Amino acid sequence: MKALSQKRRHPLAAVALLLMGLLVMGGLYAVATTVNEAKASTTSYSANDTEEGGKLFAANCATCHGMGASGTQAGPSLVGVGAAAVDFQVGTGRMPMQMNGPQAMEKPAQFNDEQTHQLAAYVASLGAGPAVPEEGLLDEGGDAAAGGELFRTNCAMCHNAAAAGGALTRGKFAPALADVSGKHIYEAMVTGPQNMPVFSDTNITPEGKRDVITFLKQIESTGSPGGADLGSLGPVAEGLFVWVAGLGVIIAFTIWLTSRTS
Amino acid sequence: MSAATTAEPAFVAKTKAGRVTDFVDSRVGGSGILREFGRKVFPDHWSFMFGEVALYSFVILLLSGTFLTFFFDPSMAETHYDGSYVPLKGVEMSVAYSSSLDISFDIRGGLFMRQVHHWAALLFVASIAVHMLRVFFTGAFRKPREMNWVVGSVLLILAMAAGFTGYSLPDDLLSGNGLRIIDGVIKSIPIVGTYISFFLFGGEFPGTAIISRLYMLHILLVPALILLMIVLHLFMVVVHKHTQYPGPGRNDNNVVGYPLGPVYAAKAGGFFFIVFGVLALMAGFFTINPIWNYGPYDPSPVSAGTQPDWYIGFVDGALRLMPGVINGFHFEYVIFGFTLTLNVLLPALVPAGILFTVMFMYPWIERWITKDDREHHVLDRPRNAPTRTAIGMAGFVWYCVMWAAAGSDLIATHFHVSLNDVTYWLRTLFFIGPIIAFIVTKRVALALQRKDREIALHGRETGRIVRLPHGEFIEVHAPLDEYKRYKLVGFESPKVLPAEPNEHGVVTGKEKRRAFLSKWFFEDRVAPATPAELEAAHGHGHAAVEASEDSKSLTH
Repeated sequence: MKALSQKRRHPLAAVALLLMGLLVMGGLYAVATTVNEAKASTTSYSANDTEEGGKLFAANCATCHGMGASGTQAGPSLVGVGAAAVDFQVGTGRMPMQMNGPQAMEKPAQFNDEQTHQLAAYVASLGAGPAVPEEGLLDEGGDAAAGGELFRTNCAMCHNAAAAGGALTRGKFAPALADVSGKHIYEAMVTGPQNMPVFSDTNITPEGKRDVITFLKQIESTGSPGGADLGSLGPVAEGLFVWVAGLGVIIAFTIWLTSRTS
Repeated sequence: MSAATTAEPAFVAKTKAGRVTDFVDSRVGGSGILREFGRKVFPDHWSFMFGEVALYSFVILLLSGTFLTFFFDPSMAETHYDGSYVPLKGVEMSVAYSSSLDISFDIRGGLFMRQVHHWAALLFVASIAVHMLRVFFTGAFRKPREMNWVVGSVLLILAMAAGFTGYSLPDDLLSGNGLRIIDGVIKSIPIVGTYISFFLFGGEFPGTAIISRLYMLHILLVPALILLMIVLHLFMVVVHKHTQYPGPGRNDNNVVGYPLGPVYAAKAGGFFFIVFGVLALMAGFFTINPIWNYGPYDPSPVSAGTQPDWYIGFVDGALRLMPGVINGFHFEYVIFGFTLTLNVLLPALVPAGILFTVMFMYPWIERWITKDDREHHVLDRPRNAPTRTAIGMAGFVWYCVMWAAAGSDLIATHFHVSLNDVTYWLRTLFFIGPIIAFIVTKRVALALQRKDREIALHGRETGRIVRLPHGEFIEVHAPLDEYKRYKLVGFESPKVLPAEPNEHGVVTGKEKRRAFLSKWFFEDRVAPATPAELEAAHGHGHAAVEASEDSKSLTH
């Protein structure tokens, strides 16, 4: 104790203190983020997967993301994004990106399931990140009503209450969620692709995510009880319909009624 | 026959129906009323039927609305949903929303009736709007119909009020967001805004009173006022008689058309069922306001694509167009502790205020400028009143820009353009759109008038090319028949009315302003072809067509 108190005015004491503080903070942060991680790397990838994935990556992704996925000016680093991000971006066809634009557009997937798996293995090997979710979380066996409440509170402001999609700034948009697989919905929530925020497991629990998926699948399978849904776009579509179709048909009738037999 | 019955007290009808008719007739004079109304003449034109569409939509609204009141409970008490729609099972919500869901899913025919009611509401306001556009662009608001124009304008506002109060009733997320915006607009009114908001909502938004209050307005006060205004409106239609489009044999002292009874009454009655049928088909096949998608109202969530119904859209659009800050210039101030938010107050109240003020005042504005105190029963073709048509189009375009802005997010997503760009373009169009519309419309109207004049004087182009002996090619023009020509020449074209001194011999400043506006209205008028001009051109043309040797006359 005496030695410590004697050395507290040592010129390097401040540096040592700073170093200690940083170490503690860093350690806490590391613990906090790993706690927050979505069941990281429970899927096991074989060394072969990782190796094949590395080759695919070098051939198809490295132009923008750089060799070793360390990022270039054209694309971000993928170290630590996790297998889930790869599975979502490549699985929905958003990556490889067709062209530069406000955001990567969905298109038919360019890689098959095996190749996607290999790419995911490679990226997962670069650093810990959210893994591809397990089947049990995607089975639509959750509580649709609870999922609906989560969806309205967390998702509807961009994706629309009926999941019909919505506009964001400068040409970006939140896509419609019909026909999106439960796995991709889950992955989007844990990785936050494009402009989407990340919904970590402390924010929405894995069960909550399952509820959201259940809700989305349920409203999709229920269909529209009131007839054609006009895109579920709300009053704009309804107004357009009444002006064009409703009034149009009525005008046709008025012309018929006032026409003279000749 | 009934006139005869009163003259001969001994009359006894032969049939039972006759006796019943006689009984009624001798007490309320039904046949006299019927004869008077049955002989009312209505000109036949498709554009005259939008008022009828509005009336029928209103009747359908009353019928379907009555059905809905049997099952709707406007209470904001909290409950847990226990109906058949699974994705909302057990969710906490208001009784109002729960009963709206029950109407939709658990009451036989309920969803259909809800959809009929909502589609009819949209059609009601839309047909009023089209009717008003027809009245405006044909000049049917002129003397003696100025007051009926005002009653019609009041009806438009009442229809919007009815729509908005109804839109808010289900207490779903969408309508709650709409109410929140209205609350914000009310609160932006300086000094009194907060008090009005607290008075309306019975405390801080959303409170627990607003739905039942809106319900009372929606089913009692507003429909009663609409009904009253409709009675006034139709009464004045009967007093003024219907206007008619210009044509041979039609003037300001007659009405050419079919009598109400029996043909027109049958047509109108049938038309009610057509409108009902169209609405029923729409309600049966197309979803409107799927409240189950939106979930119960809760002040925290806001859904993307939240818009009001179309008739409130232009106000929402104006709000969306308003920037919060321009180059560091803020629109929100705190003065003596009071917040003045011009970025809400200006867009919410000013454009609508200007539109409605001009709409109400327009008959008097034009009357003042033209000093025209005569009765008009023959309508103008829009091209024959170029400045009025241009003013109308400028207002229409202004409205449409704001209207489009209410759907800016959908324009952005569906046409894959940037939401910001859509907003910038619409902001620009907000200012220059009406000006462009005015100039273009006026030029088009004048060009059409010149074309009419040309056709009246020289006949229509037949497309028949004739080669003359000396090698020249000419197109033969065929003269119009008299009926068609009348349409092209039989209109009024007011001239510029210069400033006139008043009884004291003074030309007042107001009169100078009037003269300036008169010049603006009529300085580039195209005069209709006069009989003398027609005579000259006609003789000329005829000779030419018949004796086609005269090449010079043909090339006109």
